[in-house]
Amino acid sequence: MIRDFLRSRAFGLVVPLIAVAFGLIAGAVIMLLSGNNPIDGYSGLIGGIFGDMYYFGETLRAMTPLILSGLAFAFAFRTGLLNIGVEGQVIVGWFAAVIAGISWDAPGIIHLPTALMAGALAGALWAFVPGILKAKLHVHEVIVSIMMNYIALHVVNSLIRGVFLDTGQRTAFVPDSASLSSEWLQGVTDFSRLHWGFLIALAAAVVMWFLLWKTKKGFEFRAVGFNQNASLYAGMNVSGNITSSMSISGAFAGLAGAVSGLGTYGYIEIFNTFTNLGFDGIAVALLGNSSSIGIVLSAFLFGGLSEGSGNMQAAAGVAPELVEIIIALIIFFVASSYLIRWIYKRLDSIRKGEK
Amino acid sequence: MDYVIEMNNIRKEFPGIVANDNITLQVKQGEIHALLGENGAGKSTLMNVLFGLYQPEQGEIKVRGEKVDVTDPNVADRLGIGMVHQHFMLVEKFTVTENIILGSEPKSRGAIDINKARKDVKEISDRYGLRVDPDAKIEDISVGMQQRAEILKTLYRGSEILIFDEPTAALTPQEIYELMSIMRNLINEGKSIILITHKLKEIQEICDRVTVIRRGKGVGTVDVEGMTETGLAEMMVGREVTFEVQKGEAQVGETVLNLKDLVVEDARGYDIVDHLNLEVKSGEILGVAGVDGNGQTELVEALTGLREVKSGSISLNNKDITDYKPRKVTEAGVGHIPQDRHKYGLVMDFTIGENILLQQYYQKPYTNNGIMDYKKLYEKAESLIEEYDVRTASSHTLARSLSGGNQQKAIIAREVDRSPDLLIAAQPTRGLDVGAIEFIHDKLVEERDSGKAVLLVSLEMDEVLNVSDRIAVIYEGKIVEIVDAKDTDENELGLLMAGGKQEAGEAE
Repeated sequence: MIRDFLRSRAFGLVVPLIAVAFGLIAGAVIMLLSGNNPIDGYSGLIGGIFGDMYYFGETLRAMTPLILSGLAFAFAFRTGLLNIGVEGQVIVGWFAAVIAGISWDAPGIIHLPTALMAGALAGALWAFVPGILKAKLHVHEVIVSIMMNYIALHVVNSLIRGVFLDTGQRTAFVPDSASLSSEWLQGVTDFSRLHWGFLIALAAAVVMWFLLWKTKKGFEFRAVGFNQNASLYAGMNVSGNITSSMSISGAFAGLAGAVSGLGTYGYIEIFNTFTNLGFDGIAVALLGNSSSIGIVLSAFLFGGLSEGSGNMQAAAGVAPELVEIIIALIIFFVASSYLIRWIYKRLDSIRKGEK
Repeated sequence: MDYVIEMNNIRKEFPGIVANDNITLQVKQGEIHALLGENGAGKSTLMNVLFGLYQPEQGEIKVRGEKVDVTDPNVADRLGIGMVHQHFMLVEKFTVTENIILGSEPKSRGAIDINKARKDVKEISDRYGLRVDPDAKIEDISVGMQQRAEILKTLYRGSEILIFDEPTAALTPQEIYELMSIMRNLINEGKSIILITHKLKEIQEICDRVTVIRRGKGVGTVDVEGMTETGLAEMMVGREVTFEVQKGEAQVGETVLNLKDLVVEDARGYDIVDHLNLEVKSGEILGVAGVDGNGQTELVEALTGLREVKSGSISLNNKDITDYKPRKVTEAGVGHIPQDRHKYGLVMDFTIGENILLQQYYQKPYTNNGIMDYKKLYEKAESLIEEYDVRTASSHTLARSLSGGNQQKAIIAREVDRSPDLLIAAQPTRGLDVGAIEFIHDKLVEERDSGKAVLLVSLEMDEVLNVSDRIAVIYEGKIVEIVDAKDTDENELGLLMAGGKQEAGEAE
């Protein structure tokens, strides 16, 4: 029956695929309407992802922070929390990692882990604030974490401007001992900016899966996420779980910032606006159904779309903005699946006489 | 034959299951016809076929002698069939009138004629004695009045045949009484009623005839007059049912739970449990009887660590456990079957296996050094599912998709298996059908016979009388009297529950 299908695991898999297909079809229609050939456009896009090793490396590079910010949102989501503050946690993580990179010197084996750790810790701390407010005072985490985004952006900007400015709008480069860049990875990908952060992100995806599904803490996180009353009844520390779940979520986000700072760029600059890495993470998590594998796949799609759009313009003359429209449509279709499910639930409860 | 509704040989299949197998239901004009069956027997499926939500694979439907094809609810509507749903379909922020006209608004010059609507609603309300305030907002009125608004909605649409789906589930005894008189009014005004229920008392009280279905098959239709409750129950369950709980003499031992001068505040800061004293001994079932709202809920919450104790003490086996957190209470030897199984008893989106180990997941062998061993967890869960006869497709099925009775069995498996010295059962059979109730009562007696102390808190007087050895009557947060279950009856208990003793005392 349709009802059973809508509830099944398969539905969780099929929905993102349908959403992506619809998004691409709608994109083709828009290309047609704007006088472009969609086949040329899409072959340009695909060429821009898989066409040669450089493009492929750049795609992997672009998806790296998206995996981490997707994991950040998904982890909180799994435990019943909406961490809209991923963006701010990315920014403070980026900042802390770069500062830990440039402000002292040590052998790489110590320096790099410390810098990464600083990023993760900063993100965790930034998420701890909405977490503890939620746990102790029942302040809604969405509101606090949104405000924390602005605080992060402006505090970090003013610290860079006031203390750490090196040339132009940015800090100094982090030394090699704190850098994630890899000559080997660059070599095999035809000198893209792919760096070790990619492997860190994949490892983080495994960590999240393990934490949620293999540990006692994960059992508690998930229980609290579904039903706080029953968790309390079962003797779990509900407010403690909320706080630590938010902090872990923030640590993932902080790492997303750290790998961007230590890997792709090597510095932090004054941000005119948000980086959007955090906000895109929400979409990545949503499309990936908040599962580790799903997030890696959807991060690849988002990374690929944004990297491939350049080639789409070069090869087929399609404006790269179209990719943003496609991404928006994909998110729209994913969101509609929640709508479909919601509508179906309502109908279901009308039909159901017996519980 | 003046049947107003005939559903002949209805068959409805879902993949892998025949929900209705050749069921016939014939309702006479002007009668209250009960549709009786256990949870999941197929009552709702049958009514949804009548209401046009499902299409039957076989069989015919006749309304007033004419064969009809009910393709969707609008057709049912036009045929004068109205459904009073169990879960009300009302907009909280709208007034009663607005809810009633929703979807068929009377218009005058393009605008909704709210004054005419209000007048119509008032008139129908008066005619059937519904006593509904047309201008009250749904969120401000009682559950009983919300239900009457639902009834009004179907009447406003001109329904002649009303289907009531488990209408008494959410009502207080007083409201049930009122509902029954409303149903009689409806019959006097020429309506016909189909009452879906699994409560035998209601059928005896108000229905003319009853059609029983069991596991999707029609068992038969009989006149209610001359049927006993036991007879109906046997038709429904398909085997002999005992309402009498079978138990021997209690072998009472040491005091297990001792409450001294316990004071607990409710959410508003009022001393809802007010200097309460109580002892429960091993080998006995102590029933707490009382009208809802006299502190039972808060008492149980305080005992299990879910609510703060303001003053007084709780001791278990002579050990002070006042102010223990829930986990420490559990570990001290208390099992708790919570009153609200969806809110407290289960994580509905967890598997039934995870739920069965919800109190033990953190212990060895299910957790070693912080790492869960789900294989061990599910092994244990499966053996308990087997032992407690929890009907589920597998141990990996979500708790949400089990029936109420099986959810409750899972909770009981979890709480009883730990072999606690004290088992607290708060309304353990609420909303369950006869078979499940029997199972649960037997388990409580088993625990008592194995020398445990059982504290049963229930609003159902029958349950307290049947299951308990001693009965403590709670009134305004105090235990006003403790009586032996053998030496009391409904009348005495009813009087005590209403505060009778206190008033008598004051008069002296």
